[in-house]
Amino acid sequence: MAELKERLQRLLTEEKRDKRHLISLLQEIQQEFSYLPREVMLEIAWFLGVSPSTVYSVTTFFNQFRFTPVGKHPIRICLGTACHLAGGKLVLETVERELDIKVGGVTADGQFGLERVACIGCCALAPVMTINGDVYSRLTPLKMEEVLTLLKSGGESERK
Amino acid sequence: MTFKEIQKLARAEWDSLYYGEIPLILVGTATCGRAAGALAVVEAFEKEIVRRKAAARVIQVGCMGLCYTEPLVTIIKPKSFRVCYKNITPDLVPRLVEGYILGDDPCLELALGTLAGGNGEAISIPELSRFEKEPRLIMRRCGYINPEDIKHYVASGGYSSLVRALQMPAREIISQLKRSGLRGMGGAGFPTGEKWELCQKAKGKPKYVICNADEGDPGAFMDRVVLESDPHQVLEGMIIAGYALGSSQGYIYIRAEYPLAIKRLKIALDQAQEYGFLGKNILGTVFSFYIELESGAGAFVSGEATALMRAIEGKRSIPRARPPHSVEAGLWGKPTLLNNVKTFVFVPLIIARGADWFSTIGTERSKGTAIFALAGKITNTGLVEVPMGTTLRELIFDIGGGIRQGKLFKGIQIGGPSGGCLPASLLETPVDFDSLSKAGAMMGSGGLIVMDEDNCMVDTARFFLDFTQKESCGKCTTCRIGTKQMLDVLEDIVAGRGKIEDMDLLVELGEDIRDGSLCGLGRTASNPVLTTIRYFHDEYEAHILEKRCPALVCKELIAYYIIPEKCEKGCEHCVLNCPVKAISSDERRLKIIDQTKCTKCGTCLEVCPAEYNAVVKLSPPTLVPMKEG
Repeated sequence: MAELKERLQRLLTEEKRDKRHLISLLQEIQQEFSYLPREVMLEIAWFLGVSPSTVYSVTTFFNQFRFTPVGKHPIRICLGTACHLAGGKLVLETVERELDIKVGGVTADGQFGLERVACIGCCALAPVMTINGDVYSRLTPLKMEEVLTLLKSGGESERK
Repeated sequence: MTFKEIQKLARAEWDSLYYGEIPLILVGTATCGRAAGALAVVEAFEKEIVRRKAAARVIQVGCMGLCYTEPLVTIIKPKSFRVCYKNITPDLVPRLVEGYILGDDPCLELALGTLAGGNGEAISIPELSRFEKEPRLIMRRCGYINPEDIKHYVASGGYSSLVRALQMPAREIISQLKRSGLRGMGGAGFPTGEKWELCQKAKGKPKYVICNADEGDPGAFMDRVVLESDPHQVLEGMIIAGYALGSSQGYIYIRAEYPLAIKRLKIALDQAQEYGFLGKNILGTVFSFYIELESGAGAFVSGEATALMRAIEGKRSIPRARPPHSVEAGLWGKPTLLNNVKTFVFVPLIIARGADWFSTIGTERSKGTAIFALAGKITNTGLVEVPMGTTLRELIFDIGGGIRQGKLFKGIQIGGPSGGCLPASLLETPVDFDSLSKAGAMMGSGGLIVMDEDNCMVDTARFFLDFTQKESCGKCTTCRIGTKQMLDVLEDIVAGRGKIEDMDLLVELGEDIRDGSLCGLGRTASNPVLTTIRYFHDEYEAHILEKRCPALVCKELIAYYIIPEKCEKGCEHCVLNCPVKAISSDERRLKIIDQTKCTKCGTCLEVCPAEYNAVVKLSPPTLVPMKEG
């Protein structure tokens, strides 16, 4: 807890003490902690002089904010238009089945998290996903299984 | 430094780099190039140059919009051809260095074509006939200059329009824009000059200038490419707007999902400030202007003007009723001008070349060029920039190269979640603001998804509605509840539970949502459904009356089947790869799918060797012979 406070204090600088910086503060904090812990949201409300419900209303409005930690390997499957038409949903279902998690969930061992995103702008390579920031392209259920098997065994997929 | 001195310095550097004695290697490293492996190519070039002790420079440039050729590399060789190479991987790099950097072999087997233009004129590849139809304006430098070096922008004519504008009276700038006929490129098409005039005349201080880079359509990425490839032209347009309107503060609101665009914009802002194009007393005048970056937090509705302003204020991004319009009472209740990325790009061009020149491009009521993001089942995926009035057929077949793998063209979806689906019979429709609206679609975001016989139009409509339903902010009842009701009806139809009267219900709901919602998101949310019902009526009927999906997409209406006559008995690929163990071999070693276990993932179809091709999809599922049921 003390450590959490210390990390937070570094981000809550004086020039940010204005209601209008609420969203950018939340973004920076999520970057630091990978999610928005409850105590942190309360702390921001106090820092900016707004009610906790104001902070909560903003965080629940935008898709970017999350209230639980992401897995060690966050799997982000693109379901933009091109990826949808190229079978992105089948890829998503493969992950759900293989890891036994749903979108937004994290595996019990904390290794994998699953999220869907709307378009990362690589439509020519659809369907795509990112894991730890690396883009994997032209996926199929079979290819997805291979990637997961490799990641589970601790290796990086050679064919990204 | 005066502008003349900056220009001189920039040109000297530019000339020595692009027209010097040492070969120059350009690698496109925008997001799409990176996804295809461009950074590894950069690294490979740098290593190979050192290893071979070759004299050459490597710089990272933006994107030419030819996504299907990524990673794209251009080699500029002194006193020789400038050659573009497509799909370059690190293992091809030694060949290029050996061939064209050290030797005189231009490695034609890897080449896409030669590069033309670049010194003032737009770049192009004359060997590709598409460039005859693409007199590029917005993208004229994209993929040629280094977006992280302001000097490249200045050397190719950048910021000279700002210098000229600063000597013009504000009303002259606005009247130029009005005469040019430029309309808002964000999709709605409001006349830009008029908007600027309204904001300039509005009472209240301070005034704000906002660039809307919240490109939320899940299939459009032209703003990202422009910002990653040539960011200064957007800044120049914004600074001119600030001067014309008497504003000293601008904001760029950009999606957080575009980290590279944000990074390159930050660099551009710092450099513009360093060289005196931005900040206090711009170029020694009394005019001061500042720009801040605000990154969006992932809400489609934030692309709506009033919602976007709320997000900048740090609030929930919910649109409000108009009037008052933002030009009178926008950000923090002050007069605010909001334009799209591409609209700002056109401003310096119009100042430099004149309103009369601009108004000769395009159609009677839609001027200039438009950029579309071609994706889906098209051969040449990527961006295209064409004059307004180009027909859809030219876009898809002449530039886009037609449908992949010789499949049959079915339709296009234009304008993203706000746009509509148009059939083959409307291929002669010119792309401009008015013609597209008339057909029931919209210029919108510029996303253009091409669909072939394997795409289901009902499923496509469901996809877009699922998107808008999730993204509805919830303020207007018709949008919040209406989109959910429509989605439920569509879910029923794709699952084979539809009733024939559902189609009328969808139209009625769609029209109610359009009439009863405040903002663009709600007013256009039903467009994909309304247009598919209008143009692809038969597909809805097949789903409802025959429980059949003609494109073999909708899971509940298809079944996988292994044709006994085609199945090679010794092969067990499908049995071994089925993730749910639904396939078994019978006593004759014929493979049989247990339909009760099958999750319809398609793996068996994927692994069945092409020479057997024994797995097929059937619709309706009742076509599967009974003994296997």
